[in-house]
Amino acid sequence: MSENLNQVPTMAEMAAKGETPEVLFWVGCAGSYDDRYKKVTKAFIKILNKVGISFAVLGPEETCTGDPARRAGNEFLFQMQAMANIQVMDAYAVKKIVTACPHCFNTLKNEYPELGGNYEVIHHATFLQQLINDGKVGLAGGGEFKGKKITYHDSCYLGRANNIYEAPREVLAALDAELVEMKRCRTKGLCCGAGGAQMFKDAEAGNKEINIERTEEALTTGANIIASACPFCMTMMRDGVKTKEKEESVEVLDLAELIAKNEGI
Amino acid sequence: MQYISQIAFLLIASVAGYFIYQRVSRIRKNIFLGKPAGRTDNKSERWKTMLLVAFGQKKMFKKIIPAFLHMLIYVGFIVINLEVLEFIIDGLTGTHRIFAKPLGSIYSILINVFEFLAIGVLFSCIVFLIRRNVLKVKRFGGDEMKKWPTMDANLILVIEIVLMFAILTMNATDMLIQGKDDHYPVTGEFFFSSFLIPLFEGMSVSSLIIVERFAWWFHIIGILGFSVYVTYSKHLHIAMAFPNTFYSNLFAKGKIENMPVVTNEVKMMLGMPAEGSGDAPAEVGRFGAKDVNDLSWVNIMNAYSCTECGRCTSQCPANLTGKKLSPRKIMMDTRDRAEEVGASIAKGGKGLEDGKSLLGDFITKEEINACTSCNACVEACPINIDPLSIILEMRRFSAMEESSSPASWNSMFQNVETSFSPWKFAPTDRFKWADELKEEE
Repeated sequence: MSENLNQVPTMAEMAAKGETPEVLFWVGCAGSYDDRYKKVTKAFIKILNKVGISFAVLGPEETCTGDPARRAGNEFLFQMQAMANIQVMDAYAVKKIVTACPHCFNTLKNEYPELGGNYEVIHHATFLQQLINDGKVGLAGGGEFKGKKITYHDSCYLGRANNIYEAPREVLAALDAELVEMKRCRTKGLCCGAGGAQMFKDAEAGNKEINIERTEEALTTGANIIASACPFCMTMMRDGVKTKEKEESVEVLDLAELIAKNEGI
Repeated sequence: MQYISQIAFLLIASVAGYFIYQRVSRIRKNIFLGKPAGRTDNKSERWKTMLLVAFGQKKMFKKIIPAFLHMLIYVGFIVINLEVLEFIIDGLTGTHRIFAKPLGSIYSILINVFEFLAIGVLFSCIVFLIRRNVLKVKRFGGDEMKKWPTMDANLILVIEIVLMFAILTMNATDMLIQGKDDHYPVTGEFFFSSFLIPLFEGMSVSSLIIVERFAWWFHIIGILGFSVYVTYSKHLHIAMAFPNTFYSNLFAKGKIENMPVVTNEVKMMLGMPAEGSGDAPAEVGRFGAKDVNDLSWVNIMNAYSCTECGRCTSQCPANLTGKKLSPRKIMMDTRDRAEEVGASIAKGGKGLEDGKSLLGDFITKEEINACTSCNACVEACPINIDPLSIILEMRRFSAMEESSSPASWNSMFQNVETSFSPWKFAPTDRFKWADELKEEE
């Protein structure tokens, strides 16, 4: 494909042209501001452009879904955010949303309907799996991850919260890599420690950080790549790998990055 | 004079019945200290959940050994209780083994099945005692398990063992009496209790009758007494597991219950039409939960259903890394507070106005703040108890009524309000990544 893989249409631009994209890519705050997760956003944009899907982002019009406020108990703030976002999305007649953040995904999918926001919401793990099933990506074969040991860290907000366990694993299977599971996986997956607004404060007193406990478990699999599908998990696992002084040999990569790299984009 | 034992039986059964009735009414009242919860929709899904999770013990089988042992006790409990029906008829009418003659050989098959199950119960209870007291399986311990909860667990197992021995003793002596006393119908051999026969051989018929009667009375009084005890004990799960699973949360676990009161206020603030805004304001009450009456009745029912197995706590990431949070303790505290309030109200005391509250006097902020909302506890519970919803309701109270959330959370709130992101970044920078991407070209 000779098309520019780096273009980022916004809803406003498309509306000005009288167009409505098929899907809104909800970037999320981590995907917009966090230096590491911006790479995931960019990788996903490249994939979207490559498969030629009609998409757009809200760009400067996107604001926090309110998820961390709700989990920390501030229902007012959550609902203010939700209502504002719903107004913006409804103005653009959004029907379908894809997001690379399980927290945004959960909130948009499960919590916005009661406040009047009804959209078809999918997480990028499921989205990528569908692209693979449709033969749009992942057919290269013998990509750079062939035979490499990868372990997948379940995000609580994809897994237990929304019963999405297999989609991310099927995405990894398309890489032809060797998927090694941690002892605590799927329904028993151990949290990275950042959920429930923990990302935004220090942990209470204890004898260990949760991300260290989880990173140690990931490291015992002998995998060189820890695959994640959540911005908070990624931060926590990367911090864990750094603390264990393993950043030379172990990488934490998002599903979108893995697929993009495999596609050579 | 022949009616004395029948009158005694009626009296004892009535007293037990009275106590059980009293306790059940009290527990019912305590549960309904909570707010309405809905959860009456989708009946077919609810029945299905109850059948699979409570009756079918689906979630227990994630741990196969305890699941198997627990299944033996569960089946034994249900089936052996069929025999209680015969006990009651015999006790009230003065008959002995009234079903023996009409059922004929089926009767002896039935009793042999009961005995087989009794052995199963006995075996499981002994293994469970060993797991608790010798192997000291980690999840049975913990700060909240000191004293009474541990005693309670051991008592239940010991009582069940003793009751099973009473059945076997009763059957063994019965076999020896048969043919020597007309009141005792001939039933055929009972396999398992016959191993106890050597203990009683050589005793006179009258002594055997005394032992048999003692075992009979011991068993029935034991069962009645145990039924009363259960209503004070964690063992109440044998009954509560069923309604508890029926009223399970059927939504995705990640969804937090909405607060319609807040929705109305937010809509009014944004100048949107609010539902029922023309009506007189309903009693708003507190935002979130400070005490048991701020929780939903399902939360309190959850607390009464908890049998303190500790599967939740053993999966909790906060607990695993040494934080004070233990989801099991959240449930135990909720039950203890509901009991305390209920007892006070029954005595005409101050009830909820006793100056204490669930959050503060039982559960601390340190505990609720440590939760990652990962749902591991909810997933782990064999009967769908939801400690997370209690924790989140308490966080709502801290944030909205007391403004006493941790300082970093207050900063996060402020960032969301002013920068529309939980981090303090300039909103104008939100779309910078797209420029960076374009520069890569």
